[in-house]
Amino acid sequence: MMNYASGPPADPPAPAVRAEGLTVVRGPRTVLRGLDFTVPRGQITGLLGPSGCGKSTLMRSIVGTQAKVTGTLDVLGSRAGQPTLRTRIGYVTQAPSVYDDLTVRQNLDYFTAILAPGRTAADRRRDVDRVLTDVDLATHADALAGNLSGGQRSRVSLAVALLGTPELLVLDEPTVGLDPVLRRDLWNLFHSIAADRGATLLISSHVMDEAERCHRLLLMREGEILADDTPEALRTSTGCETVEAAFLHLVDEATTAARAKETTR
Amino acid sequence: MSTTTTTTGTTTAPAPTGALNASRTTATAARVLRQLGHDPRTIAMLILIPCVMLFLLRYVFDGSPRTFDNIGASLLGIFPLITMFLVTSIATLRERTSGTLERLLAMPLGKGDLIAGYALAFGTLAIIQSALATGLAVWFLGLDVTGSPWLLLLVALLDALLGTALGLFVSAFASSEYQAVQFMPAVIFPQLLLCGLFTPRSNMHPALEAISNVLPMSYAVDGMNEVLKHTDMTADFVRDALIVAGCALLVLGLGAATLRRRTA
Repeated sequence: MMNYASGPPADPPAPAVRAEGLTVVRGPRTVLRGLDFTVPRGQITGLLGPSGCGKSTLMRSIVGTQAKVTGTLDVLGSRAGQPTLRTRIGYVTQAPSVYDDLTVRQNLDYFTAILAPGRTAADRRRDVDRVLTDVDLATHADALAGNLSGGQRSRVSLAVALLGTPELLVLDEPTVGLDPVLRRDLWNLFHSIAADRGATLLISSHVMDEAERCHRLLLMREGEILADDTPEALRTSTGCETVEAAFLHLVDEATTAARAKETTR
Repeated sequence: MSTTTTTTGTTTAPAPTGALNASRTTATAARVLRQLGHDPRTIAMLILIPCVMLFLLRYVFDGSPRTFDNIGASLLGIFPLITMFLVTSIATLRERTSGTLERLLAMPLGKGDLIAGYALAFGTLAIIQSALATGLAVWFLGLDVTGSPWLLLLVALLDALLGTALGLFVSAFASSEYQAVQFMPAVIFPQLLLCGLFTPRSNMHPALEAISNVLPMSYAVDGMNEVLKHTDMTADFVRDALIVAGCALLVLGLGAATLRRRTA
């Protein structure tokens, strides 16, 4: 697990996600407008922006469940949506997608059987126990998912994504509705997943103090990327104290620019 | 580390789509049955209601056991179709609306695995339901069948698969449970009226008879009546059973086509 840290990597790793001119149309609306960006491997990239700006659509495109995607979108060296990627990406949707009429363990048992049908029962059980501990739900393993609180259900959904040690985790607002202690614990978990397993994490959020905990940030507004940088660099370039202030500064700037464009037209 | 995981990831990645994967299919069937296992009331109703209806019917036609033979045998084929239609359409609608379908299709699960898993789970349930109903009708309510009760059971099972297939298919066109339930009168009732349960199909207006000739439930009821009247497996019975089975497979295929990995 530690060989990444001990020896220098042979060559600079290719980015986990590379987009060029990524455009997505949903009905009459262009939701993503020609995005160019990369998500580096082994790091946590935060995806921030007001609701409705296209964060979830971008994530669905990367996972390969979004229709009408044009432009280039490479994920872990293959085109997004390639069948071989399906075991290598863990994906958590905004609403917890688990079976409410199954227990937590039964949910995980089923999804692990789908992910790795060839493995022995003991292997699968170990995997399930590991993710239960990761999301701190070991004591609720035999509770029906439907009887859990909202925060607990979203952690079950997160646990499903952690099964089978994926190389890329795409998490759509995984910490919404969680208390501060749990949020801190999950962010510690995200950091250890990136550091120890070398996994890449793309996490959307609109809680700005979480942005400070990311290695890199992608700031989005109305289907476009406003900024793609580290939190420090964002603060420095905007001359703001916090990422929140930097973000607001950039959004205001973009809004004024858009208005100016409209009035000159 | 990242490079090693990449290579293992690619080599261990299983052949993704195409042929059915037996263990993914059985895992899905086991999961569907486990979900039902947490809902004993639904199971009890699924299994008991056909029995209660047959019991009722037996004494409704107390004075004319011949009528009970005809209607009872037809109903043995119709019950599994209706119940499996309802259960499947709701179950798959839930799968679509809860986001679990999107999650599954983002995982290495073949569409065929999912559909076969559902068919296997509800098929199992249908066997239990039909076995109880057939056993009750033949041995306790005096339903007079000339042929083998096993053939009745076979048709009942095919009907259940047809119901599962239809339920799966229509769930793609329903956006709420209300709509899904309304598909029952829309899809099932016309077939019920035209299948020959109320009057022989040959007595209907020729236009209706022609329509009934292309509806699968007509063949389910015809098949039941063949068993009722003949000792042996007749050629007509084989044809009816094959038509019902073929329709079930066809609609299952259509159902698979409604599952989309990429959605707007």
